[in-house]
Amino acid sequence: MTEAMSVITPLSSELASSGNGPIVAVTDLVKYFGDRCAVDHISFAIQPGECLGFLGPNGAGKTTPINILLGLVRKTSGQINLLGREVPKHHRQVKRWIGVVPQADSLDPDLTVAENLLTYAGYFNIPRKIALAKTEELLHFFALSNRCDEIIEHLSGGQRRRLLLARALINDPQLLILDEPTIGLDPQARHLMWERLEILRQRGTTMLLTSHYLDEVARLSNRVLIMDLGRIVAEGEPQQLIKDMVGLEVFEVEGSAPELDNLAESFKECNAVIERVNDKLYVYTKEDCAHLERLLAKTRNWLRRPANLEDLFIKLTGRTLRES
Amino acid sequence: MNGFHFLTIWLRNFRVWRKYILSSLIGNLGQPLLFLLAMGYGLGRDIKIIEGLSYLQFIAPGLVASAVMYSAAFETTYGSYTRLSIQKTYEAILITPLGVTDLVLGEIVWAASKGVLAGIIMLAMLPLFGVWPSLWTVALLPVLFLSGLFFAAFGLIMTALATNYDFFNYFTSLVITPLFLFSGIFFSLKTMAPKARLFFELLPLTPTVNLARMFCYGQFQGPWLLQIGGSLLLTSITVWLAIVLLRRRLIQ
Repeated sequence: MTEAMSVITPLSSELASSGNGPIVAVTDLVKYFGDRCAVDHISFAIQPGECLGFLGPNGAGKTTPINILLGLVRKTSGQINLLGREVPKHHRQVKRWIGVVPQADSLDPDLTVAENLLTYAGYFNIPRKIALAKTEELLHFFALSNRCDEIIEHLSGGQRRRLLLARALINDPQLLILDEPTIGLDPQARHLMWERLEILRQRGTTMLLTSHYLDEVARLSNRVLIMDLGRIVAEGEPQQLIKDMVGLEVFEVEGSAPELDNLAESFKECNAVIERVNDKLYVYTKEDCAHLERLLAKTRNWLRRPANLEDLFIKLTGRTLRES
Repeated sequence: MNGFHFLTIWLRNFRVWRKYILSSLIGNLGQPLLFLLAMGYGLGRDIKIIEGLSYLQFIAPGLVASAVMYSAAFETTYGSYTRLSIQKTYEAILITPLGVTDLVLGEIVWAASKGVLAGIIMLAMLPLFGVWPSLWTVALLPVLFLSGLFFAAFGLIMTALATNYDFFNYFTSLVITPLFLFSGIFFSLKTMAPKARLFFELLPLTPTVNLARMFCYGQFQGPWLLQIGGSLLLTSITVWLAIVLLRRRLIQ
């Protein structure tokens, strides 16, 4: 499969990417929808070859910055530089080199798989001959060759998502934007999607990824940006962030209220953060703690696991549901 | 050629339409043909001469113009609204280098093309009813295209304002149907009281109906150049408004 990708001929680079500069540079971006502040003074950059993950609960303001990058939403203030050019001024030129997998399926349901790609190539003014070759290669890479003449309606959810990703690559983008790329997929389909995305990453494709699936972000991104209420609340390399902000390991203990109260009291000697959620005790350790392990030996219902992005996410954005 | 990017959207719509040619044509041509039969042939036998033409001859060119209107306006209301809302086609297009202006031009030019095609088919069927258009009719096609652009842009404005499909009931009942009935297709405006006549003459379908009748029978009378100029101006304003309103709808 990797071979299939390597033969894909890059289209002529009339817009030689920004040299060594960042692919995306956003400075002090602000967006208000009426009175509501959706993006509150955020700044970030994406270097060539990097995959930046946007994390955050619903309504945290992950999609709005992306829509502003693409010109689908107008910024209130701030500067945006894409591929070395200022936008929205140069959107038409810049978007020639951006590929997008949108959150909502926007494939043309009346067209076939191949027609979808060819029509899309037309929007980018890609010559028909190149578009045909590219379509064939992409369908092969995404294991869709045998569905080539199928109407979109007849595709499975996973096949549609792969086709959306194939469509995003038709213009040989220098920046790939993935907004919840595996939303609603079963584990098999998600893994297939991830495999392809990992290959693209290895090839040096610059990516911007948003996702609710923290394992997805941990797996694909080399840097994450955690957003909440329109602001960036943390930024860094995932493992480092987890280590710094959550700890090494997590102990989840279940038990009766007095039992947990006692344990919580005696854990105070450890270098750990303790959190009590209903009938569960979470202990986030900063270092190995023999004392804690000794105490737990008497309890039956407990689980020990490495700290992960989900812990970090919850720590930063809380446990309350965001449903407004 | 930067200015012609919208043709890729035209091509997209053409690709889809090709798969549904039959239902699309029947949908667009059914009504004008049935009116031609019922009114022209049915009612027409009892009506003597109107503006020097048989009743069938009198209404045929206007019905051609109405076929263009129906075809173009329905494409940019029901068709475009489906692409805007359910299919998210516009969203997919706007993440490419194409912008709202390309999108609007692509949709409108496409709908006008569909309209002209409906008009051509209608014209081609007139001899079956014993109506023979003159050679001037070829020059009518650009006029029909212009009218198609106008109604397509008008429909797209409705789409930009619509919150659901029911919204188009207003457009059909309050705009399209009255225009169909009162633009001088079925009765002569010339014998009306001057004030009433002026009102009907100013309806946007009337110039096309008048021009269609003139070109069909090669009889030029009245301010036909003024009517073309007026249509041109009105169409430009409507297209511009469609761009403004659709941009407001799509770009927050």
